[in-house]
Amino acid sequence: MRHGKYPFIAGFLAAPLALYVIFLISPYAQTVMNSFTNWGGFSNQAEYVGTENYARLLKDELFHAALWHNVFFLVALPLVTVTLALFFAFLLNVGGRGGRAGVRGVFGSGLYKVVFFFPQVLSVAIIVILWDALYRTDGQGLLNWLLIKIGLLDPLHPLQFTNNPTPFLGVPQVLWWLLIIVVWANVGFYLVLFSAAMQSIPKDIYEAAMLDGATRVHTFFRVTLPLLRDSVSVAWVYLGFLALDMFVWVFALTPQQGGPNHASEVFATVLFREAFTRGQFGYACAMGVAMAVFALLLGAVQLTATRRERIEF
Amino acid sequence: MATTFQTPPVPVTPAPGRPASGPAVGGGRDLGGQVLNVFSHGFLVTWALLVILPLGWAVMSSFKTDAEIVRDPIGPPSGLHWENFSTAWTTGHIGDLFFNTIVVMAGGVFLTMLFGAMAAYVLARYEFPGNKLIYYSFVAGLTLPIFLAIVPLYQVVANLGNSVRWLGLNQYPMLVLVYVAYSLPFTVFFLHSFFRSLPTAIAEAAIVDGASHTRLFFQVMVPLAKPGLISIGIFNIIGQWNQWLLPTVLMQAQGGGEEKRAMLAQGLIDLQVNQGYQGDYGALFAGMTMAMLPILVVYVSFQRQVQAGLTGATLK
Repeated sequence: MRHGKYPFIAGFLAAPLALYVIFLISPYAQTVMNSFTNWGGFSNQAEYVGTENYARLLKDELFHAALWHNVFFLVALPLVTVTLALFFAFLLNVGGRGGRAGVRGVFGSGLYKVVFFFPQVLSVAIIVILWDALYRTDGQGLLNWLLIKIGLLDPLHPLQFTNNPTPFLGVPQVLWWLLIIVVWANVGFYLVLFSAAMQSIPKDIYEAAMLDGATRVHTFFRVTLPLLRDSVSVAWVYLGFLALDMFVWVFALTPQQGGPNHASEVFATVLFREAFTRGQFGYACAMGVAMAVFALLLGAVQLTATRRERIEF
Repeated sequence: MATTFQTPPVPVTPAPGRPASGPAVGGGRDLGGQVLNVFSHGFLVTWALLVILPLGWAVMSSFKTDAEIVRDPIGPPSGLHWENFSTAWTTGHIGDLFFNTIVVMAGGVFLTMLFGAMAAYVLARYEFPGNKLIYYSFVAGLTLPIFLAIVPLYQVVANLGNSVRWLGLNQYPMLVLVYVAYSLPFTVFFLHSFFRSLPTAIAEAAIVDGASHTRLFFQVMVPLAKPGLISIGIFNIIGQWNQWLLPTVLMQAQGGGEEKRAMLAQGLIDLQVNQGYQGDYGALFAGMTMAMLPILVVYVSFQRQVQAGLTGATLK
């Protein structure tokens, strides 16, 4: 296999690598370099300021608040999404009528999966427009109108949804309303993911458990869940990345792109405002670097914490 | 042109009824199963409705006048107000948005697949100095959020555009190449493990028969990797269809009377901002419906492949 190997390798790698370096590596590298300057963004003037930007980060209260909001999503988003998706996947795959054949999926499970998966194929923009309409705050949005109609809500005080900064369980309400949207948009995908993993578990394992007298609930916690560990940890990592981002949701669905009064700021919106509105580009880059380090650490921790021997079947 | 016939175009909710009390199986022993079955359908139907009803509501609202939308959000439209669709088509430029998106995605997905497969194949099956370094630099790209790079990226593109016009801001080829670059990390990561898992015997046989490395790749390895290529292809189609930040920053009008070549997601959000100010919700819903229905039709026709492709790609 030796002859002509290197020209071939170079030929195959040249185009992808060139694109990757020009459009991805070099902007990221510039971000790191800019984080040590006071660059304003679009002029060419920049002075080296050492670690000043990073020192400023440690004192920036808005940045800290945003960080906590990301941490909220980091905890709540995977927890709620994975729990719901596992629950539905369980119902779909083992919730059917048991018969002589043992455990069965429910009738119409294919149809359910098609419907649940819808939000995944819709553009983010469509979901934003839809939820913006559902969340209208003036009593004429769908949710407010329905709640007023059935008498749960005083017509003079419609729900303020993403306009509401008052805390609920210690977290501004606006973040909970955003959480609902992101969970709504993602449950279907992870349901299908877990469902596929459940179907690859051989039926005889369930039958053996049933013969030993295990109930379905027992079977789920003692057999299914441990065997799904790999898919659950992958889901956790992916949802973790979504939670660190959240940019489009906060940007498009909250007042002042992070409001009201900064109650829904996340990393990304603070960074974006520093860079594009306030022209503090060097500082924004330092935020970016801090966040990238955070993301890399998170990925590494998740992957090593969940790594273990695979069970082959 | 308010027409008079009354057909609310609400999609029929495909919530399957439970089968009317089927034959009792296994005697009383499986009563738990029966209860669980009813319980299962209860929850599943509820979630299905939570997904379907808002979408159906938006489609229905796209046929209503603004006054109707405000007065009675859940009532049926008084007639089919197609003028919402023509407003969205003309002021929202939905047709242009579709055209731009399809042009960019055709190039973007094709080149991502080609370059991604080439790079992944070479990295997976050939030993050479620097192999690991290149592979890990692709993998590292997976974890970095795009907006960290967005302003330097804007500068890179603006500078390129000064020397090569079609690589500059608001140009299709530029956006295609940027999409490719940002789709490569996952594509390479996924296909790398796929090419690794292919048997070596076939490749050796082809080399013995005198095939060149290039021929071996295109005529032997690519066909063998077809299932993986389909998975990652679908993944990239959805990913690039959903892109919003990259086009929002890179596809802006550049003066000289040049229109901005907006992508669909970008244009819809613009429409949301503008129509929202004007209170023209009918047109907004109509634009949304036009953007939503084609993708839903494509998805429902290929749902098995789409689901398998997306989830398969994630689990690798």
